[in-house]
Amino acid sequence: MTNGDQALLRLDGVHTDIGRYQILYGVDLLVRRGQVTMLLGRNGAGKTTTLRTIMGLWKPRQGGIAFDGRSIGGMDTPEIARLGIAYVPENMGIFGKLTVRENMLLATGGQGFVEEQLDRVLAFFPALKLKWDSPAGSLSGGQKQMLAVGRAIIEPRRLLLVDEPTKGLSPAMVDQLVAALLGLKSEHTTILLVEQNFRVALAMGDDVAVMDQGRIVHSGSMAALGADERLQQHLLGLSMAAGT
Amino acid sequence: MSKQWLDRLRRAAPYAVTPLLVVAALPAIGPAPWVTLTVAGLTMGMMLFLVASGLTLIFGLMEVLNFAHAAFVTLGAYVTISVLRPLAGWTAQPSLVLNLAALLIALAAAAAASGTLGFVFERVIIRQVYGAPLRQILITIGALTVIEQLVIVLWGAEAIPLPKPASLRGSVFLGTSSIETYRLFALFVGLAVAVAMHLVLTRTRIGLVVRAGVEDREMVQALGYRIRRVFVGVFVAGTALAGMGGMMWGQYQTLVTSQIGDGMIILVFIILIIGGLGSVGGCFIGAILVGLTSNYVGFLAPKLALGSNILLMALILLWRPRGLFPIAEH
Repeated sequence: MTNGDQALLRLDGVHTDIGRYQILYGVDLLVRRGQVTMLLGRNGAGKTTTLRTIMGLWKPRQGGIAFDGRSIGGMDTPEIARLGIAYVPENMGIFGKLTVRENMLLATGGQGFVEEQLDRVLAFFPALKLKWDSPAGSLSGGQKQMLAVGRAIIEPRRLLLVDEPTKGLSPAMVDQLVAALLGLKSEHTTILLVEQNFRVALAMGDDVAVMDQGRIVHSGSMAALGADERLQQHLLGLSMAAGT
Repeated sequence: MSKQWLDRLRRAAPYAVTPLLVVAALPAIGPAPWVTLTVAGLTMGMMLFLVASGLTLIFGLMEVLNFAHAAFVTLGAYVTISVLRPLAGWTAQPSLVLNLAALLIALAAAAAASGTLGFVFERVIIRQVYGAPLRQILITIGALTVIEQLVIVLWGAEAIPLPKPASLRGSVFLGTSSIETYRLFALFVGLAVAVAMHLVLTRTRIGLVVRAGVEDREMVQALGYRIRRVFVGVFVAGTALAGMGGMMWGQYQTLVTSQIGDGMIILVFIILIIGGLGSVGGCFIGAILVGLTSNYVGFLAPKLALGSNILLMALILLWRPRGLFPIAEH
């Protein structure tokens, strides 16, 4: 995909088990600095497990995970987060009983809001401003996703792990979210993005890795995959290529 | 009526239960005893809240169901005996200042002793059984028995009298209603702790982390917080509060036995279930409901008093199977 010097995150032969079941079978993945890497694959391919393993929420049984040259495979989740890795899970991880402000405040570390950072997030997601003191549980699905992403970028992060942000959102909401993610991309934020929507993947991705049955079965440039319909069909099936 | 209004009504309904109970009891009981029983119910509720609030947070944050919580109540009550014995000169004098000073020293000692034991207990026992509910039940029930036996070894098997301080004995009159002086003290302490707890939970960073952790501890960790450390703090605070509850309850009963915590803990579990596991606000309202129900039913139908709170719990669960104020994940 690229040379190793540009790698911010590298997975080498990662095996992960959940209980008695093995989910990842030697995942090799490289995420380049300042680039958006798409992680694609059918349901159950191991995409979410890969993100959770990087985040330390599930421990790899075997293999190495290096972030900026430092091994993070054995670290606990809080330590990994403190290295500057933010995670937006598939269920968004919103604290419904807390207000939007409190959700954001939790992600700021000890010093509270930095005005510039807050303005930047609210410029990406103006809807959050209107709901600032409302319980996050009262937001719509799209607004919750905005809050989840906004919370992840309220402080400067070195790597964003985002799991299916457009899942279940209306087309208008998807457009709004993609616009915000493109804004982050233009700032050269390094993102590892799991996505089922191929149209979004094509718009966002610099690099792509495709998973199947717990392994990376293809990696390369997103543009190349976008231009090769046969490869899309072979790797992802018709439904993905149709842009669902 | 629009769907929005129905939703608002549904959300507000749990808050109306306590006022409705209080209002409904008035014509059935009559004004003078109603005031006495309402104050008694609120006082009992506050003491139960001290014990239940810690337990609900401990469960909410790490899903640890600590059946040994009763032991910390018992320890608090016995430490009070040991602290007040040398201060008998202060408690025997009809001086409110000296009496309150003695009680506050006892309260601090009970909290410190139970909190310290809570710290050791979490490090030695609880941390071995995270995520294993069956082992938690077995090991905490076992620990309860061991601690209660140790209490008997240290303080003896006989019930020990714990008389109230001189100026907190007797009653004051509100119109024709008589109110025990000690109950006013207990009500004040309980409210002060509840307010302090509310402020910590809503105005501080650690409170924010605890509230978030009760909802989704995994996400809190992904935001960089070491939830285990937070949990140790909550466990110590919860057991310290149980010790305070034991001190207040022991003084209220004026007699302390090694089973004092066991008697209280059944009501505490009812409160947790009524309020919604993990919810401090629900715990507060649940504690008041249990306190009021015990006192009202005890007056109106003494034979039903024992089962009144179980009946209350059954009715609430039929209406709201996850309690009045459920927390998302539990």
